Amino acid sequence: MVNNAKSAQRGPGRSTKVRESTVDRFFLIGVYILLTTFLLVVLLPLWFIVVSSFSSPAAVSAGEVFLWPVDFTLRGYEVALSSPQILNGFANSLFYTVVGTAISVALTVMIAYPLSRADFVGRKVLTGAVVFTMLFAGGLIPTYLVVQSMGMLDTRWAMLIPNAVAVWPTILAITYFRTAIPDELREAAEIDGASDLRILWKVVLPLSGPMIAVIALMYAIVQWNSYFDALIYLRDDSLYPLQLVLRNILILNNDAGGDATSALERQQLSNLLKYSLIVVSTVPMMLIYPFVARYFTKGLLLGAVKG
Amino acid sequence: MVQIDVEAPTVRAQKAEAPASSSAGRNTSRRRPGRLHRSIRRHWQLYLLVILPLLYFALFKYVPMANAVIAFKDYNVIEGIWGSAWAGFEHFERLFSNPAFGTIVSNTFLLSLYALIASLPIPIILALALNEIRGRFFKRTVQMVTYAPYFISTVIIVSMAILILSPRIGMLSSVTGFFGLPAVDYLAQPDFFRHVYVWSEVWQTAGYSAVIYMAALAGVDPALYEAAKVDGANRLQKIWHVDLPSITPTIVVVLILSVGSIMVVGFEKAFLLQNPLNLSQSEIIATYTYKIGIQNADFSLGTAVGLFNSVINLVLLLGVNAVSKRVTGNGLW
Repeated sequence: MVNNAKSAQRGPGRSTKVRESTVDRFFLIGVYILLTTFLLVVLLPLWFIVVSSFSSPAAVSAGEVFLWPVDFTLRGYEVALSSPQILNGFANSLFYTVVGTAISVALTVMIAYPLSRADFVGRKVLTGAVVFTMLFAGGLIPTYLVVQSMGMLDTRWAMLIPNAVAVWPTILAITYFRTAIPDELREAAEIDGASDLRILWKVVLPLSGPMIAVIALMYAIVQWNSYFDALIYLRDDSLYPLQLVLRNILILNNDAGGDATSALERQQLSNLLKYSLIVVSTVPMMLIYPFVARYFTKGLLLGAVKG
Repeated sequence: MVQIDVEAPTVRAQKAEAPASSSAGRNTSRRRPGRLHRSIRRHWQLYLLVILPLLYFALFKYVPMANAVIAFKDYNVIEGIWGSAWAGFEHFERLFSNPAFGTIVSNTFLLSLYALIASLPIPIILALALNEIRGRFFKRTVQMVTYAPYFISTVIIVSMAILILSPRIGMLSSVTGFFGLPAVDYLAQPDFFRHVYVWSEVWQTAGYSAVIYMAALAGVDPALYEAAKVDGANRLQKIWHVDLPSITPTIVVVLILSVGSIMVVGFEKAFLLQNPLNLSQSEIIATYTYKIGIQNADFSLGTAVGLFNSVINLVLLLGVNAVSKRVTGNGLW
């Protein structure tokens, strides 16, 4: 690590004319130790889960697994991927995420674009009305009553509509439309006789790719990861999203089936299954996140500029 | 409604229309409806566009605010929200006279205060440390890895915590066992609930929160570093006198936002970590609302709890913002 630090210092990036003092060199070593600790603290639990998921049910249940798989097996994955309720949860989550995100993004753009236009009379009142919902809310029960009175309880609509628009992405979109799209473009299009909708569709949206990606990701990740709406609005378990299925198996210890015969084997298998399930349900996110992290950071910072 | 930054042609048109001699007061009162009408006629497509999202906000945000009156009524399904009889403050009295309620409020407050204090410094330290090193590969690796847990769902985070802390099969018991310490069932003990909640939160969000400070640090004027170097400052002094003051406004904004949401502890996580054994510390307002309102179907009482929470939260947010504006000159609005 010391070598690493030194070579980094000599590196071409920021050539220091003055040699680092001894104090600074020790300080830098301390920094590397600190960061390595951070790295290990985050990595170790994840590693433990992955390693356990490849170990034998008996070894997992006896607590023998620590840093390396014991009696390597794919048994946990076989059970996890053959369980109908898990597969059904996957399918449901996929549906809610894709359709829900599409609805959310469409509605967000529909309100954000007009609110970003300085010549849209009523803009301030409406923006205020939208932002206010972030500060004060009617609460869980009153919202539940609305959903109930609309007949959405226990239907797929309850997963798509009641939380369709969030304030934060809306503010983000407004800021983006206002700052990143030059007014001259719109004026030029207006002179050419384009209507507002046409301007939005042909001029503004094609220039808003990065922002659309950011808000779509924000909505998609919330939709994929949350279980709360499903918990309160859904009774029929064939509609459950993956996270609720996972909660039932992982936290409430509901039996996930499997084909084990004896009680002991069944118990051991269900322990193993938990690890495999965590991996299976997290891998899709971990695979896409390095690519989306960049956009996410952008979104965070775009919001921060405004905030 | 009074707009300042209106599009230039519109302003000119109005000025031409309004008689120059008329008083300012009359002028604006005559102008207002005219301006809206004109804008709607010209930009009817924009108004068409906002109808659907506004309907959403009205239905799912503002109707619930109005529905919250059932906190002051004896709600019953047959008579509906507006038909039910008034109950005055009866539900609130019931709530405040319940000895458990005090515990629940203090549980909520302590939990989020602890989370706030614990999760403020670590991302800052992480960002400052990352800012010190030049090795790109190591820097990127640390950033990517610490960022990753942010994308893991609450259900999975909680299950991981349960599995790792499990006294029989967990990773922690292997470590403590190695040092000859007895295995402890952390989640069965009320005292550990807050630690598990808060530190799993820190574990999950530190890398994500560091990003915002990293950005602030990237924006520091290089001239300041040069000046510090000329003055003979060492690395630690540079951090203390240049880096920290530069990110203070960012820290203040983050702090305001988290104090403002101090009573909005995530239902999702507390509910999952809850079990009958740790309830004395893990029952918070959000989980209590769920149990009263949804599970016991006592809609009026559940609404009263929620309303109480919303009001406290609003007051906190406004208060912190006002204080911060006076002290630092930085506020959210």
